[in-house]
Amino acid sequence: MSESAKQLESLIARGYQHGFVTEIEADTVPPGLDEDVVRLISRKKGEPAFLTEWRLKALRHWLTMKEPHWAHVKVAPIDYQAISYYSAPKTKKDGPKSLAEVDPKLLETYEKLGVPLHERARLAGVAVDAVFDSVSVATTFKERLAAAGVVFCPFSEAVRDHPHLIEQYLGSVVPPADNYFAALNSAVFTDGSFVYVPKGVRCPMELSTYFRINAMNTGQFERTLIIADVGSQVSYLEGCSAPMRDENQLHAAVVELIALDEAFIKYSTVQNWYPGDANGVGGIYNFVTKRGDCRGRSSHISWTQVETGSAITWKYPSCVLRGEGSIGEFYSVATVNHHQQADTGTKMIHIGKDTRSTIISKGISAGQGQNTYRGLVKILPSAHGARNFTQCDSLLMGGRCGAHTFPYVEVKNPSATVEHEASTSKISDDQLFYLLARGIAQEDAVNMIVSGFCKTVFKELPMEFAVEAQALLAVSLEGAVG
Amino acid sequence: MTSMLSIHDLHVTVGGKEILNGLSLEVGTGEVHAIMGPNGSGKSTLAYLLAGRPGYEVTAGTVRYEGRDLLTLAPEERARAGLFLGFQYPVEIPGVNNVYLLKAAVNAARQLRGLPEVDAFEFLGLVREKMKLMHMEDSFLSRGVNEGFSGGEKKRNEILQMLVLEPRLAILDETDSGLDIDALKVVAAGVNSQRSPQSSCVLVTHYQRLLEYVVPDFVHVLVRGRIAKSGDRTLALELERRGYDWVAGEAA
Repeated sequence: MSESAKQLESLIARGYQHGFVTEIEADTVPPGLDEDVVRLISRKKGEPAFLTEWRLKALRHWLTMKEPHWAHVKVAPIDYQAISYYSAPKTKKDGPKSLAEVDPKLLETYEKLGVPLHERARLAGVAVDAVFDSVSVATTFKERLAAAGVVFCPFSEAVRDHPHLIEQYLGSVVPPADNYFAALNSAVFTDGSFVYVPKGVRCPMELSTYFRINAMNTGQFERTLIIADVGSQVSYLEGCSAPMRDENQLHAAVVELIALDEAFIKYSTVQNWYPGDANGVGGIYNFVTKRGDCRGRSSHISWTQVETGSAITWKYPSCVLRGEGSIGEFYSVATVNHHQQADTGTKMIHIGKDTRSTIISKGISAGQGQNTYRGLVKILPSAHGARNFTQCDSLLMGGRCGAHTFPYVEVKNPSATVEHEASTSKISDDQLFYLLARGIAQEDAVNMIVSGFCKTVFKELPMEFAVEAQALLAVSLEGAVG
Repeated sequence: MTSMLSIHDLHVTVGGKEILNGLSLEVGTGEVHAIMGPNGSGKSTLAYLLAGRPGYEVTAGTVRYEGRDLLTLAPEERARAGLFLGFQYPVEIPGVNNVYLLKAAVNAARQLRGLPEVDAFEFLGLVREKMKLMHMEDSFLSRGVNEGFSGGEKKRNEILQMLVLEPRLAILDETDSGLDIDALKVVAAGVNSQRSPQSSCVLVTHYQRLLEYVVPDFVHVLVRGRIAKSGDRTLALELERRGYDWVAGEAA
């Protein structure tokens, strides 16, 4: 092994520097899952009868399903009866009372990432009512959104205030029986985000969970529903670049997007959950179902994801291109290090005429991480003139990681055009030395090469988040990738 | 004359094979030295070793740069201390913007000297000025490092980086190879503009063609890992006439 490869190894071998001590959750329903638990959740949230019934149907179906094992990941057995499916929001007595009680290393990370001061406390799990700054920030935002007619609120609030929209759209993109984890989520979801953008409205700001402070601690089973009405536009950013203080093991969220005629939804994810330690102990199982329905003519849904955390990431943000001339996009950066595993990609289902899709996937593998791109491009007989372009690039760091690509293509209309490009490369000693010879420090050099590799995806992120994602990559490479 | 680079009885092995055996060389401040020699004589090994490329083992000898032991410094420390290597085969680094790299490199050196980061606007002005000298187009500013560059563009980019970084000691490894005559003149003009009483240059080259445009103070012939003959610029001309075998025969 060459010298610089050795240096790279030693950097990669360094530990996750931003871990944190977990606290014990209080006030939870006893572990286990049955109809009574589902009814209890629904009652605690004061839900209408249709939703309780909807949950119960999902549970009954889930009980008939088998946990899937087709992904290229090794999952330790999950005991679903050992999970508690309802936790009261964390209270002051559980979490740290002030920033002074928070792991200084975590705070250092926030500092490096440039997380605003008032946000640091929230991310670290300090009780919300101690974080007075962000309350006023959130209020200002709410007023501006309300003036534009945009609804942006916790899911449970939407159930109360906009039950007709929930009844009309919930499960219309990801039906409860869609897959094992979606069924589980449908039965037991506790909260999440709801967005409705009215006809012709261009949402006046990026919607970010940063400002959704009253819906924090949404738990393992988030449910997000975004509806963009005719001719409207919205950009939504989920998660944040700082490591979240969260003790959950299984995270099974469902996200549904609906774009009506000429509507545009841009959904960006920056995920940095706890990845587990260097030996692969602990960390989040991030099993998420995300799907967008381009229901209307010339509608447009764009997914951008930067996935650096979690022990196992298993998700395929997809687009159903139903409306004529609709557009689906998927831009992804997925990083794995140590024993992290990621099986991620997308599905583009072309149904409408002249539908277009673009897939750009960048996988970075380090340590003993395993990174899999899995994608499906399906052109149905009705999708006359459909077009797809797919590009999958993998970057390997060190000799013990893996990159795998499983592109599936099904074309049932001869007028369709499908292009696929793929590459696998290593950070070469030559590239590294070139940068060192210009005075760039080893870690910065690696960051520079990796950022360059991800550039086509980063430029899809909203400007301020692109900067965050860069910083995140630098921090996570510094601690976790080398 | 103060010493910029002082190499004494240097022995270097690569993969167990001795490439340099007993090389000594003195480069004074403000001097331009040309190192010539046949293929496989150790020219590029010398250039890489000075820049700190991993994989080169020094088994004996010393290298001092401005009085310091160069061999104890990491490659990036050498660069920040003013040593520059112009690569024979510059690599492509996709997605990393040329100007971004240049600025990071300049700031890394400034940080070492306790200076604040360069002003982005002024820096761009400086880069544009140097680009003009190197006959480079504006599109260069938005492109990735050497990404999709022709051979000639890559070499011009090396010289551009040198001009922006203003090194104390530049080692240019076969910067002339693969250039047509026009590009060679541009590169030579760049190298000449960097000449000053405070900085030194080591030109590693196979042919004397470059030396018609960049006139060296000294010419050395490297044969089988050591300096076989030294002289002034007329030595290069003699080499061209008589070939390397002439020196190799004398040295044997």
